[in-house]
Amino acid sequence: MSEIRTEEMLLNMGPQHPSTHGVIRFVVKTDGEVMSGAMPDVGYLHRSIEKIGEKATYNGFMPWTDRVDYLAAMNCNVAYAMAVEKLAGIEITKRAEYLRVIAMELNRIISHLLAVGSLGMDVGAYTPFVHGLREREKVNDLIEELCGQRLTYNYARIGGVIFDMTPNWDKKVLAFLDQFAPLLDEFNRLLSDNKILRGRLGGIGVISKDDAINYNLVGPNLRGSGVKWDLRKEMPYSVYPELDFNIPVGTGEAGKLGDCFDRYIVRVREMEESAKILRQCFKKIPKEGEALVKVPKKIRPPAGEVYIRTESTRGDLGVYLVSDGSDKPYRLKFRCGSFTAMSIVEKISPGMMVADLIAFIASLDVVAPEIDR
Amino acid sequence: MTPQEIAKNLSQSFPDTNFVEGAKLPVTNVTSGEPSIVVPAGKLKEILKVLKTDTRFSFDCLSSLTAVDRKESFEIVYHLFSYKQKHSVTIKVSLPRDENAHVETVEDLWATANWLEREVYDLFGIKFDGHSDLRRIMLPDDWVGHPLRKDYNEAEDYHGISTTRPSLIQ
Amino acid sequence: MLTLKNQLPGNVVTTQVDKLLNWGRASSLWYMLFGLACCGIELMQTGGPRADLDRFGSVPRASPRQSDLMIVAGTLTYKMALRTKVLYDQMPEPKYVISMGSCANCGGLFQPAYSVVKGVDKIIPVDVYVPGCPPRPEALTEALLKIQEKMMREKFLVKAESRQVA
Repeated sequence: MSEIRTEEMLLNMGPQHPSTHGVIRFVVKTDGEVMSGAMPDVGYLHRSIEKIGEKATYNGFMPWTDRVDYLAAMNCNVAYAMAVEKLAGIEITKRAEYLRVIAMELNRIISHLLAVGSLGMDVGAYTPFVHGLREREKVNDLIEELCGQRLTYNYARIGGVIFDMTPNWDKKVLAFLDQFAPLLDEFNRLLSDNKILRGRLGGIGVISKDDAINYNLVGPNLRGSGVKWDLRKEMPYSVYPELDFNIPVGTGEAGKLGDCFDRYIVRVREMEESAKILRQCFKKIPKEGEALVKVPKKIRPPAGEVYIRTESTRGDLGVYLVSDGSDKPYRLKFRCGSFTAMSIVEKISPGMMVADLIAFIASLDVVAPEIDR
Repeated sequence: MTPQEIAKNLSQSFPDTNFVEGAKLPVTNVTSGEPSIVVPAGKLKEILKVLKTDTRFSFDCLSSLTAVDRKESFEIVYHLFSYKQKHSVTIKVSLPRDENAHVETVEDLWATANWLEREVYDLFGIKFDGHSDLRRIMLPDDWVGHPLRKDYNEAEDYHGISTTRPSLIQ
Repeated sequence: MLTLKNQLPGNVVTTQVDKLLNWGRASSLWYMLFGLACCGIELMQTGGPRADLDRFGSVPRASPRQSDLMIVAGTLTYKMALRTKVLYDQMPEPKYVISMGSCANCGGLFQPAYSVVKGVDKIIPVDVYVPGCPPRPEALTEALLKIQEKMMREKFLVKAESRQVA
């Protein structure tokens, strides 16, 4: 009986694909269903935001920061505003700081809803994704009342935020949070305690602690591997020192420590923590204070450089700003969590099956403009 | 440790190297923001290795690797961070600005440098010696030029698609 | 001369074949998931519970071979442009294109960029342009209705020439 000859296939998971989160391409070498390697090919959404930063003024660059990560646009706005304020020496009021934190935590909730919903959709559970979209619509209404836009907010300015809260907006947000908690329970019953999901995600795509630090993973990816690190607690900025919340860390409850389920459950628990932070913010926000302090029309910070780190939804968003004394930045760089998360796919993928690759990428929660900027 | 203490400890380990503290900028000599340590290009790899392995520093994470085009030179900036000791430092290297600008890779120290160096090569044209896979990452493979340099000129068209659009408002 | 119109009982409808075909085509427009950037999220929200695209018969399909509407939602870069042309060519006739958002219309916010195609109509022919950054779900629904109106006006059948049997 002669041996059956087998060969490796070279497949293309092209830029247009329903399960890659955005336009990312993978070149996959497989032997049947088991892969021997998946090489990511990025750059399909490279919109040259860093070069535009050298052409736009400091004040006028804010709309482009939304597009660096459109699912966590408030965080990117605030990170850029903090960088310029530190370089130019501008102090903002306490009320503006609280408004920024409220906006960022609301944004964290809806971004994580989309992340876990699309993870469910990628492994085959379509319904929780639509539930997540329904909650997102409610929060989109709230944010639209705050700043006028549903997706790319352009809310923070150098010197504070552009609009203050409308009257009774805080009651509406608290009403939303009251009806969100039982929905999160229902979500957990549907997805997190589901035997099929645990079997599908447990033990897949294990990233060890050393690999996570060596490859510079940040955010829920790093916390899923057991490293208890959150910039809001370790190196706090803005008003986070006054707020009380926990940091969820992966514990390997569905398989090994650092697998896809750990990264998923860290995101679900972070939504509860964000709800806690929001309630505290509404109690502690000072009644007086302007939303936007007076800054000159053309900001000219002194020549120098600064590197600011904030904890965005996808991890550590760093802004490196070099100024030469004129009214336009000299060099502006965004250091994003998804770029480094993409680079670990090539190391972890040998030995996985093709369907597990989809679950792995979904658990890393990459978003294409953060990779390519 | 503050950057000043790190610079002092480093100059004890490398006594015959000239460390410069703070960044001097071409336009004015004012420095604001955060200080950084400028090292000579020949000793870069050894210094970074000491910063990673020595227990006084233990910089186990390379936060960011980028480049800045000062008009007479290229400057490569390394932001290092330590999870164990919770301190950070900025290391800079200055290269002459010509077509053959190159520096050693740090891929074997921190695995994340693989993609970060590919990005710097793609957008600036700086080569990294010893890199395992140095090719373009963001732009198409047949792109001409390195866009983030200050003297970059955009081409007229790419594969037949023109790069401008006439305005409707006359 | 007998006319059929007033002779038949109430639950029979007479119409032209063109209108019947067009009504069938317009009520089941299947769109290809081509969300590239931020407008892709608004496309997902439009398919979501509140502004539901499914009530018009539109379901998202992943493959270009099974879809007859391509909603280009997001910024097109030069690296992606060549693939967009390939995907457009793979769609079977009759096909339609909606250009959603400023970036797909004319380059939008990214006109100063070096790597962005200034408008998707440099590569493929577009039927409806939707302005906005990103457009609201109601705007995208309006665009779908306009495509349906366009389809109802089309004449699709041609008369076969009568053949001479030699």
